[in-house]
Amino acid sequence: MNGKFLSTENLPFCKGCGHHIVSQNLEKALSSVEGLSPLDVIVVTDIGCIGIIDKQFTTHTVHGLHGRSVALAAGIAMAIEDPKKKVIALLGDGGATIGLQHLMEAAQRNINMTVIVHNNMLYGMTGGQPSGLTPRGFKTPIMPDGKPNIGYDLCKVLHATGAPSVRRLLALGDLTADLAAALKTPGFAFVEAMEICPSYGVKFNPNRKLDDIAKEAGIELGHWEGPAREPYRPATHVAPASLFAAEKPITASQKASLTERYAVVLSGSAGEGVQSAAEFLAQAAISCDLHATKKGSYPVTVGVGFSTAEILLSPRPIHFTGISVPDAVIATSQEGLNKVRGLVEKMTKGTLYLDASLEAPATKATIVKHDFRGPLGGRSAVLVALTMLLDRAGIMPTDALLTVLKDSSLGKKIDFAKLRQTAG
Amino acid sequence: MSERYFIDNSRLIIEAAARAGAEVFIGYPITPANLLYLYASQRFPVVLPAPDEITTLQWMAGYAAAGKLPVTATSYPGLALMIESIGMSHMMELPMVIILVQRLGPATGTATGGATGDISLLHGINSGGYPIPTLCISDPRDAWELSAKAVHLADRLRCPVILLASKETVMTVQDVDPAVMTAVEPVTRRFYTGEGPYRPYAPESDGVPPLLPVGDARHQVRITASTHDQNAALQHSTPEALANSRRLAEKVEKNIGDYTLFDWDDDAAETVVVAYDVTAAAAREAVALLLAKGEKASLFIPKTLFPVPPRYFEILGRYKKIVIAEENLHGQYREILFGKGCRDGVRGVNAVGRLITPEEIAAEVRS
Ligand SMILES: Cc1ncc(C[n+]2csc(CCOP(=O)(O)OP(=O)(O)O)c2C)c(N)n1
Ligand code: SF4
Ligand SMILES: [Mg+2]
Repeated sequence: MNGKFLSTENLPFCKGCGHHIVSQNLEKALSSVEGLSPLDVIVVTDIGCIGIIDKQFTTHTVHGLHGRSVALAAGIAMAIEDPKKKVIALLGDGGATIGLQHLMEAAQRNINMTVIVHNNMLYGMTGGQPSGLTPRGFKTPIMPDGKPNIGYDLCKVLHATGAPSVRRLLALGDLTADLAAALKTPGFAFVEAMEICPSYGVKFNPNRKLDDIAKEAGIELGHWEGPAREPYRPATHVAPASLFAAEKPITASQKASLTERYAVVLSGSAGEGVQSAAEFLAQAAISCDLHATKKGSYPVTVGVGFSTAEILLSPRPIHFTGISVPDAVIATSQEGLNKVRGLVEKMTKGTLYLDASLEAPATKATIVKHDFRGPLGGRSAVLVALTMLLDRAGIMPTDALLTVLKDSSLGKKIDFAKLRQTAG
Repeated sequence: MSERYFIDNSRLIIEAAARAGAEVFIGYPITPANLLYLYASQRFPVVLPAPDEITTLQWMAGYAAAGKLPVTATSYPGLALMIESIGMSHMMELPMVIILVQRLGPATGTATGGATGDISLLHGINSGGYPIPTLCISDPRDAWELSAKAVHLADRLRCPVILLASKETVMTVQDVDPAVMTAVEPVTRRFYTGEGPYRPYAPESDGVPPLLPVGDARHQVRITASTHDQNAALQHSTPEALANSRRLAEKVEKNIGDYTLFDWDDDAAETVVVAYDVTAAAAREAVALLLAKGEKASLFIPKTLFPVPPRYFEILGRYKKIVIAEENLHGQYREILFGKGCRDGVRGVNAVGRLITPEEIAAEVRS
């Protein structure tokens, strides 16, 4: 028969395969939907015996991977804005097993699509192995004594996930009404059609009828409706014109005295503003026409432990951003010091700015011990130390940093007189 | 008075991709690619959080089949999950951009560690040896230009394009001259406009078949990842189908002139230093170090890693000594260019878990 949507002559399945019945009914169901033309329909097929049907469709067809048809169809359905278009995914129980999460995701989002799982209770294409949906006791070539455990109840899972329309039926007789109802559902509609694969299913389970198999395994047939929901449309947010819209470049308005590359490492504790202090320093340097790079490192649990930043400053463009031995290290807490101890021990010159509470490590660097945490507390310790460093190091005017700070979100929170005073 | 931004390359990559016309970002979080996801959420018209990387790629393929240009960003563990679907998208000829931010492996490795260890994997990413265009950034200018280029190439060649970076090249914050942000031409999509019948895999003279989005109201569109002829009809291994598969390689190879991208400072030296991604910066400084001492070396920074442009061999063939620096175990790109045996004069500088320094490269040039 040459249908409007599907040529059901010479379907590529074995004689007696349940896929014939579902396919023929799908053609009838599609034809019964008023106003639907083949070019309104996108059929996405999985890999498996059922998947090779795509060439018989007169609709748009997409034939992808084993188990992924539902996700691929979901992508298409989310991308297509015209609600009149029907996206249909056809897959087997094998495809539904390996791609279970795709079904749940599509159901949970209520993506506008119809999914038909052709559950012949085994992997037909690869020789009849059991799938996640194979019921207990059903025999297959690799489990001739029958599957020892029950199969997934996909209908229950998807109903619980929020699918508005879920059906399980036996692929016997006329299924037009059920399939048409699924096709007409706005949003996610799911159909599990239980079938028999004569080549492997009948061979290993002779004389067992489809309805007996379902009954004996306690598989319920029926239609489950979920709460009515609007079909999912991805939000299209009116994006800002540019990621740079809110960000002004830094203007070089002061002069630096730095003539060589200078490497600073700031190391303290999480939550004490180490990373932002590093950025303020770099921004200050850029405002003095220096080049700057910054890298941060901290544990994956960002809220605890050390927080370390590496800053490079140079009057020339910086390409290589590695620091073998820094010119200055600021350590404001024990965790911070522990993190950079190895680096500090390698220093043969330069300066270590160390909070007064910490024991000095063995190093040839000049050690400046000071109560950085002092009256302003841990959160300002690195800024105090940086103020002191700039006062002494001859890189750029300390003022450049203070100006950046004043213009920052911290500008109103910092007591600048105290900061200066604490920095000595 | 100079003006400069203090930003990371992730920001440049996302802004340029959006300006080039990429419309959808599908994300699954993974360090060190998270900044790209974050910026995309502020910049792309549509951003979807996927539940895993296989779904990510499948959704992208769905969007691409429907005529949109999707982008994602991931790192090795995510890439590993995506590979089957990248192969699918390549066979289906779906335009998309996958930003791969390399990190320190093997396996989960160190999420916040840098490396350039995925080169061999990318070289052989498709079963059968079909190359996927892979552009690698090494500085802010690349982040901007190659990101836009990747979007254009994906459309032009109708295939997935990989934009390669690493932890260091997308997370380090640096001062950037706004001048690198040159005008980006938004892509004009190359869609089929003929009267039909539409043959989804019938190529034009450049080997690329124009795409028609599924759901088109005038022509039937068929898309498949199985071996197929120009009508997308499944075939076992007919000459027509095999020719179609071969065309997948040919279309990216024969248009390589449009995207053979590299920096080359030829200093009439006998030695050339080759490096890409983060190591390109060390190589640049190594050459400067040598020059400061009155020693000469040329510098070659490949940006188009795959397919390897034939021009590279023409250039590298001029040098007696070739020093290739890269942050992986045995020199993955070196082995791809010159084989495991290597010709005389080809040397590697390799490191794992740390940056290769300019001094190490300079020492290898001198040795
Ligand atoms: C990732 C992957 N794993 C395995 C296969 C092999 N494979 C092809 S079809 C199939 C099973 C098909 O079973 P089902 O989905 O139930 O469809 P049926 O053949 O029964 O119609 C498998 C496992 C594959 N193509 N891809
Ligand atoms: S092997 Fe089984 S599932 Fe596949 S076509 Fe034959 S009968 Fe149908
Ligand atoms: Mg099956």
